[in-house]
Amino acid sequence: MKRKLAVALMAAGTLGLVLAGPASAQVADQYDRGAAEGAAAMNMVVLDNIFIFISGVLVFLMQAGFALVEAGLTRAKNAANIMMKNLMDASIGVLIFAAVGWGIAYPGDFNGWFGSAGLWVSGFFDGALVDISPEALASDGFYPLAVPVDFFFQAAFAAAAATIVSGAVAGRTKFVGYILYSIIITGIIYPIVVSWKWGGGWLDELGFSDFAGSGLVHMTGGFAALAGAIVIGPRIGKYAADGTPRAMPGHSIPLAMTGVLLLFIGWFGFNPGSQLQADMAVPILAVLTAFAAASGGVGGMVTSWIMGGKPDVSMAGNGILAGLVAICSGIGELSALGTIVTGFIAGILVVVSVLGIERMKIDDPVGAFSVHGVCGFWGLLATGLFSTATPVNGADDSAGLLYGGGAGLFIDQLIGGVVIAAFVLVAAGALFTALKTAGLLRVSEAEETAGLDVSEHGSPGYGPDILAAASSI
Amino acid sequence: MMKLITAVLKPHMLDPVKEALQGIGVQGLTVSEVKGFGRQGGHTETYRGAEYKVDFVPKLRLEIVVDEAIAGQVADTIQSSAKTGNIGDGKIWITPVESMIRIRTGDVGIDAI
Repeated sequence: MKRKLAVALMAAGTLGLVLAGPASAQVADQYDRGAAEGAAAMNMVVLDNIFIFISGVLVFLMQAGFALVEAGLTRAKNAANIMMKNLMDASIGVLIFAAVGWGIAYPGDFNGWFGSAGLWVSGFFDGALVDISPEALASDGFYPLAVPVDFFFQAAFAAAAATIVSGAVAGRTKFVGYILYSIIITGIIYPIVVSWKWGGGWLDELGFSDFAGSGLVHMTGGFAALAGAIVIGPRIGKYAADGTPRAMPGHSIPLAMTGVLLLFIGWFGFNPGSQLQADMAVPILAVLTAFAAASGGVGGMVTSWIMGGKPDVSMAGNGILAGLVAICSGIGELSALGTIVTGFIAGILVVVSVLGIERMKIDDPVGAFSVHGVCGFWGLLATGLFSTATPVNGADDSAGLLYGGGAGLFIDQLIGGVVIAAFVLVAAGALFTALKTAGLLRVSEAEETAGLDVSEHGSPGYGPDILAAASSI
Repeated sequence: MMKLITAVLKPHMLDPVKEALQGIGVQGLTVSEVKGFGRQGGHTETYRGAEYKVDFVPKLRLEIVVDEAIAGQVADTIQSSAKTGNIGDGKIWITPVESMIRIRTGDVGIDAI
């Protein structure tokens, strides 16, 4: 009893701290990083680096989440193909982001539109990449992080942005075409968008705010997904002759929802890790992340219940992801209440969007555009509405429209969202159209009908059936 | 008299066949997932670089009981709507049915269809 009471008091205390709003001034005074010297300062830097490394691992875990969501929500005959695409988004993503993407995304001084730091992560060939001396850390531009740590964290983000598209074009895309797409988005399209804000480009100078990437990461993946789904066209059988959409239920809701929960866990690296150092904002960002996911899940569940008559499991899962996507932009800047409202509205938006997109004859089997594109954009706008002037994470301190800051931030967010959407739609649209023209985008009707597992990779995702006398010949 | 029409189809042809049959007034059918081989004799797949033979290919088996008078038309409809022109399109066969009973009402014969 006593223990239960203590837990309840602790929970109430945590909630009170969060609900009372950010108190950045006091936090800064009591945890003054600049005041630490000698061994204390060194411990602080080591903690920062270890924390961001662990956050990078969590973000990398999101690849497993994406893979399971996409596989579960599509048909069994394409499960191995989905796994393969996610494996290669991670594998090719890390190498291409090291070779090309990083130099474009984090260029230092540049014209603000396209990075120019050159190929390969700085110091890749001369050994400086593994120089962890205090001098190297102080001068690499990513203090307190060592370049390899920051690279690993950012490469995991790049792979996440790339793999968002996989689900939208599932069940009908040639594997070779998908690999080419994956190379271009992690090597060029995503890094250009990132350079505009996190690389210090024009969006950063504008006053645009995107803490963990509702716009930079999720809108990039989401709008590339939309471009892909439009250019490649719907799966065979998705629409009846009169244009009515047919339900094509996923083959495993348990796999898909395990994927949602893995993504939920991965987001504890995505958002708190975006603090880029280990400080007392981190646990608060984690709680706010959970708030957004929870309210998105409830919003999606309730909306699907009202619109469809029954609470839909996969829509509730989409709602959790929608809340997480939407809060990336303003997490730590928004009050706890603003965070919950943002997540809940994202949960509503994702369900409405999935149904609307389907009626527009765009076949996005997992709702990738609705989750990442629509709710990414909503997240940017939510920051413009609900941002407080006292961010817990020391991010942008300009207040939003509903918190007395006027329309300035909201307009900046709107401009950023529109430009990202337009740029990605054009760039990814051109890429997919080029692949289509070259005959590299879509498999033949017979291959699509047989399933991509066998036609593209040789054997089914769920192994030969017990009746199929498998023998080597 | 009634006839049982049994058809073995490529799995993805179920929807067009079902729609064509509904178009000519067929009111019910039974489908089961089956495996088998015909003259095509299965096919090969590769796993980790090694080939293996899949002798039994997944198919769907359709069973429909109809009045003798329309049995030919039903079989023709299945044949035309299930045809892709490729190997492995399947077979249709027709057998006589002695009797039929609707469980809910006890109706017997044609009335039970």
